[in-house]
Amino acid sequence: MADQQTKSGSDTTKNDTTTARTWQDLKQSDVPEGLWMRCPKCEAMCYKKQVAENLEVCPECDHHYRVGADERIEQMLDPGSFEELWADLGPTDALGFVDRIPYSDRIEKEQRKTGHKDALLCGKGFIKGRGVVLAVMDTRFMMASMGSVVGEKITRCIELATETDRPFILVNASGGARMQESSLSLAQMAKTSAALARFDDMGGLFISILTDPTTGGVTASYAMLGDVILAEPKALIGFAGPRVIANTVRQELPEGFQRSEFLLEKGFVDRVVHRKDLRSEVARLIDYAGK
Amino acid sequence: MSSMNIYELEFERPLIALEKQISELEAQNDPERSAVGIDADVDLGVEIGELRASHEAMLKKIYANLSPVNTVKVARHPNRPQTMDYIKAFVKDFCELHGDRNYADDRAIICGFGRIGKTKCVIIGHNKGKDTAGKIKCNFGCAHPEGYRKALRIMQLGEKYGLPIVTLIDTPGAYPGIGAEERGQAEAIAVNLREMSRLKVPIISVVIGEGGSGGALGIGVGDRIAMLQYSWWSVISPEGCASILWKTSTPETNANAAEVLHLTAKDNLDLGIVDDVIKEPLGGAHRDRTVAAAQVEKYLLGALRDLKRFKTNNLLNKRYKRLRAMGRTA
Ligand SMILES: [Zn+2]
Repeated sequence: MADQQTKSGSDTTKNDTTTARTWQDLKQSDVPEGLWMRCPKCEAMCYKKQVAENLEVCPECDHHYRVGADERIEQMLDPGSFEELWADLGPTDALGFVDRIPYSDRIEKEQRKTGHKDALLCGKGFIKGRGVVLAVMDTRFMMASMGSVVGEKITRCIELATETDRPFILVNASGGARMQESSLSLAQMAKTSAALARFDDMGGLFISILTDPTTGGVTASYAMLGDVILAEPKALIGFAGPRVIANTVRQELPEGFQRSEFLLEKGFVDRVVHRKDLRSEVARLIDYAGK
Repeated sequence: MSSMNIYELEFERPLIALEKQISELEAQNDPERSAVGIDADVDLGVEIGELRASHEAMLKKIYANLSPVNTVKVARHPNRPQTMDYIKAFVKDFCELHGDRNYADDRAIICGFGRIGKTKCVIIGHNKGKDTAGKIKCNFGCAHPEGYRKALRIMQLGEKYGLPIVTLIDTPGAYPGIGAEERGQAEAIAVNLREMSRLKVPIISVVIGEGGSGGALGIGVGDRIAMLQYSWWSVISPEGCASILWKTSTPETNANAAEVLHLTAKDNLDLGIVDDVIKEPLGGAHRDRTVAAAQVEKYLLGALRDLKRFKTNNLLNKRYKRLRAMGRTA
């Protein structure tokens, strides 16, 4: 897929209005709505279609953007092989939780925005011909916070992988446990971990992929329980958020603290993998450890 | 750290005035303590009795309508019995075991062998510390990864020798620091959740004070979990929740957060998160530590007896089903 990368200057798109220009000519004011984007990392103007072809990685600086679950599934699986499961499982406001706005309103708003019931999509599919159970968290839905739906779907995925003897691949991203479900969301940490224990007892392969950001209760449960743990470059990965830590210890945090490379150095991640290599890396691991 | 003043429970102020009155009258009525001498014509005993009765009535009334945020304050009361108090009260021949064999001995979690009734057990509990030096030593009960790893090491000893595991939960949360992250706080807790779910001996947990999120759950997965009547258990502290969802932690937003988080023992019982609520003495465990300890001991003896009956396979299946059922979806 990497060979699809093209240089911005020699863009050969069929769209006449854009081919005449190079991104250097563009000032922010005349960025055509929806076609171009400015990389938040290196500030280069990038053609959106090209960024998408580049798997949502900046063609200029390699910054890995956050990817929605639908697009991630397309990136990960063999074309057309995805068979979604439990798409109708939705959240419920069991506590009548109201902060500045009611949880039930939040749910509705996020569902309208994303077209999904909650913050995780999952199902069966193939990666380079290898059958897998795949689950992907979606930061567009309440920062991919983990509540009952996320926990239940992951648990069902693990049970399915156990029954069908397939590898379980989980693409993590999350702000942590969902406060609006309080102890019900906390319990998902124990539930998913218990399911993983059974999967482990059966000799199953669980590959946990950490993407930006993976924090809180998600990190402190299934995300860190991979037989193999992969991380995308420079993803924020941690238990407590950097701001909470800075407020507690009242000192400056070390350079690169809680980033993928930091976790690799400290021994908590097996490999830091560029997005373009994820499919082949996962396939390779399945060939070693999967069935 | 917290904006709540835990030493003076505001809602107990009327009681404190009464208590002062009672003790003054008692002093007056005691020939050895009286400054003015005993007046034979005045029977203070009757008056004291009346004051005591109204004190008890008031105490009952206050604690019957304790708001969630005030429950949190009781759970944090400095005189509330802690893990070591319970161990001293009813664990015979406690033999503390130290260290995670890898990095350090985290004082925020205490582990060891001991007997409860006639049953040899492994006992694990958060340690908050009493005086300032003690509290600093154990980070106010906020454990580091080595604490969770020590706990798992000792729990696995329990499994090896067929000893049931009792854990006492009392933490504001796992420690959020640089070293904790460097040494894998998340990984340590995650591994405990997975391993506790498959340890082949009974595991009983009691939330004795604070049940703060992953730091509490890290020693709280098992066959049965109970909460003391005025303890709390939630995904986040009310202050943490308020500062995120209301953008600021004030007495008012903290109270709102405590309310919506449904963190009380009764709430968690209704949600199917905990199995039992252990009644505390009138006015909270800090008012009668002996009775509180007796209640916890009684509960543990019953649970140990119940769980002993199960064959290992049944025990583990039941444990899984219990965890599996948690959550609410539409
Ligand atoms: Zn860039």
